[in-house]
Amino acid sequence: MTAENRPLSPHLQIYRPQLTSVLSILHRLTGIALAAGTLLLVWWLVAVAAGPAAFETVQGFIGSWFGRALLLGWSYALFYHLANGIRHLAWDAGWGFELKTVYLTGWMVIWASVALTLLAWILGYSMRGG
Amino acid sequence: MGQPRRSLRAFPGWVRGLGSAGEGTAHWWAQRLTAIALVPLTVWFVASLAALAGADHDAVTQWLASPLVAVLMVVLLVATFHHAQLGLQVVIEDYVHHEGLKTVGIVVVKFAALGLGLVSVFAALKVTLGG
Repeated sequence: MTAENRPLSPHLQIYRPQLTSVLSILHRLTGIALAAGTLLLVWWLVAVAAGPAAFETVQGFIGSWFGRALLLGWSYALFYHLANGIRHLAWDAGWGFELKTVYLTGWMVIWASVALTLLAWILGYSMRGG
Repeated sequence: MGQPRRSLRAFPGWVRGLGSAGEGTAHWWAQRLTAIALVPLTVWFVASLAALAGADHDAVTQWLASPLVAVLMVVLLVATFHHAQLGLQVVIEDYVHHEGLKTVGIVVVKFAALGLGLVSVFAALKVTLGG
């Protein structure tokens, strides 16, 4: 049998998406998004160091609807990656591989990431007074 | 991935240069150590930013000028950029199958992480040291 006509195992798109696989790829996607998000962090820190004018510019961008939308996405990505990262560290320690536990911690990650994002934004808006 | 192979036998000429470089464990371990460090650092950083929402330049400068904040910020930046380039490297290794593009991609990621990390650490220290 030549390499060309050997049977192939089913490809990814044949499988029904499951909580486990969706959370797994989300971990990568949020990681990539957060790496891109460091650009805003660098801009912000450089602006703080550069002085009030540069700081006004970056704050103006962050305060715009586009900036706020980006920040909302990045804050969710951060909390998701944080919560699921802790889940990964637990796996690395050998804990949580039972199917029931995998699903339980998966849902915990979803709810924790939503709750923490809301909490951070409520705190932020209460600090700046609306 | 190149040409499909017609043999299941691994011969040295085929695997030469594609085999283990012996760096996997160090990479894996560094990714975990930075992850553990980033758990408390991230919580601290987001809480700080939320508390600073709407603050003016003076308030932010004053916050960043505190030695404790500056040290935590530098540790956060180093851990973040180290963790990011380790993670992006794995993503590139998994999905970019062209050897040349893969190498270029990893080099770009490493240089970008080093550059952005140095710039941000310098900016944070400049505020702290009152430059």
